[in-house]
Amino acid sequence: MRKAVELDYSKEFAAIARAYEQSGGDAQALRDHRFGSLVVSGNHILGLNKLPGLEIEVEELADGIKAHIEVEPGAIIAQPVHLCFGLLPKEGVQRIISHFKVGPGASVRFLAHCSFPNAVKVQHIMEAEAQIGAGAEMEYNEAHFHGPAGGAEVYPHARIAIAEGGRYRSEFKLIQGMVGRLDIDYEVHLEARATAELLAKVYGKGDDRIRIKDSLYLEGAQARGLVKSRIVLQDRAEAEFAGEAVGAAPFARGHIDCTEILRGTEAKAVAVPKLTVVDERAKLTHEAAIGSIDKKELETLMARGLSEEEAVETVVRGLLR
Amino acid sequence: MLKIEGLFLELDGRPILRGLELEVAEGEIHALLGANGTGKSTLAYTIMGLAGYRPQRGRIYFAGQEITDRSVTERARLGITLAWQQPASFEGLTIKEYLEIARQSGGTSPTIAECLELVGLPAANYLARTLNEHLSGGERKRVELAAVLAMNPRLAILDEPDSGIDVLSLADIMEVIRGMNRRGITVLLITHREEFARAAHRASHLCAGRVLKTGEPEEVVRFYKENCKRCDHVNEPELEQLEGQR
Repeated sequence: MRKAVELDYSKEFAAIARAYEQSGGDAQALRDHRFGSLVVSGNHILGLNKLPGLEIEVEELADGIKAHIEVEPGAIIAQPVHLCFGLLPKEGVQRIISHFKVGPGASVRFLAHCSFPNAVKVQHIMEAEAQIGAGAEMEYNEAHFHGPAGGAEVYPHARIAIAEGGRYRSEFKLIQGMVGRLDIDYEVHLEARATAELLAKVYGKGDDRIRIKDSLYLEGAQARGLVKSRIVLQDRAEAEFAGEAVGAAPFARGHIDCTEILRGTEAKAVAVPKLTVVDERAKLTHEAAIGSIDKKELETLMARGLSEEEAVETVVRGLLR
Repeated sequence: MLKIEGLFLELDGRPILRGLELEVAEGEIHALLGANGTGKSTLAYTIMGLAGYRPQRGRIYFAGQEITDRSVTERARLGITLAWQQPASFEGLTIKEYLEIARQSGGTSPTIAECLELVGLPAANYLARTLNEHLSGGERKRVELAAVLAMNPRLAILDEPDSGIDVLSLADIMEVIRGMNRRGITVLLITHREEFARAAHRASHLCAGRVLKTGEPEEVVRFYKENCKRCDHVNEPELEQLEGQR
């Protein structure tokens, strides 16, 4: 079922808008026709707003939606496009199958907020593909809000192809509520002079389980990529970060940067960087820091009068910002 | 204001502070002069009470109270702070937030914008920047001095605020320290730069974990130049020989 430009001001919309705000989004933007937007609760399309140069086609599935989002070649979408996904019941599945196409020379920024405030047994599955044209720019910022029960399972999987000179930047943030189970799998292919930056920030608590796999395939000359993760773990939370880069072209540059901070003695962190170079002129690097919070940072804040606990909170807040 | 008696500290089985005695009077800039490896930073950390720097022997008094067993936070809340030689980076924290934290204990300290201006950093250009990005070493050290101004402590321990500063800016940094002092902050200024020591009210010369001489800055600088720079054993000097010249 395809929908035209319209909004459904139902109670469900109001509820999902409230959840959207809980996850840090601006619900007013969902009602403002100056902003491109898509609002989905479960498998219900509650709101949709297209803009000149921005085409959104969406259909409801039995357990989610399928969307095709296309930015015309050369179109500059000045305001961020808001994507609101959520599932309000305690149980259920939401599958988001999306295809993004950003035409050559176009530019677009997405703000995606995903809310599962009551999740006891909820699955959120994102299967995304993105094609970024030559010289085009796409930014995708995704923030999650999960409830306190730890019953969410989130599977953001994406395959992104960036044509020559294109740019892609993504930030995934899950720092509010319990993570539950998170399994990120992003794969980015870069042609000549394309650039990509993948950033993930996650705060694991309780029995949360986190797995992040970000892969860069630097296939064109002078392609550049950065994979960066910032993970804080407490209680019995566990995380595994697998950052991979393949340098397969002259003067390709890739860097993997992982910081995982453990609070307490029961949390567990693993970092597995994997670098593969198949062109001698490519250069890949990685850095990983796993452990407790930097002692000098804590003591500096304590020397300004903060308690140790306040100092820890301050450092963590900055790291996950 | 600060009195240290018989301070002895070993790190990894190696004596660093060896019966150190020091008094810093309220309202003064007191320079602590010494070559690399003589224990200057270790003394700063010990006064601040950092983890791993608990003295095996000796006592530290601040404003008449013994603080030897107090935590870092307790010492800070009594009015002591430390500006590190190599300040921490703090990913994601803005300069504005960092200075606001310091100012929480600052009482009547200047506004954070004023603190930045006082150290020569235009507030409009710096408040929103994060501490870990795009700051030179010199800028970071100035931010550290701004944090001290924002905290408005009774005693500021400045660990080599002159290191990493370009020659042209050294006079500015010393003026910042004098300004800090004019605001009522007592300063323990750790340096191995003679011109910085000369600008203090009093100076002490530290060698091999002991204060060998305290007095007028010029006199202490002369002692330092005449003795310490000829010493071949930075960490194992011929103490008896030097002590004979006190």
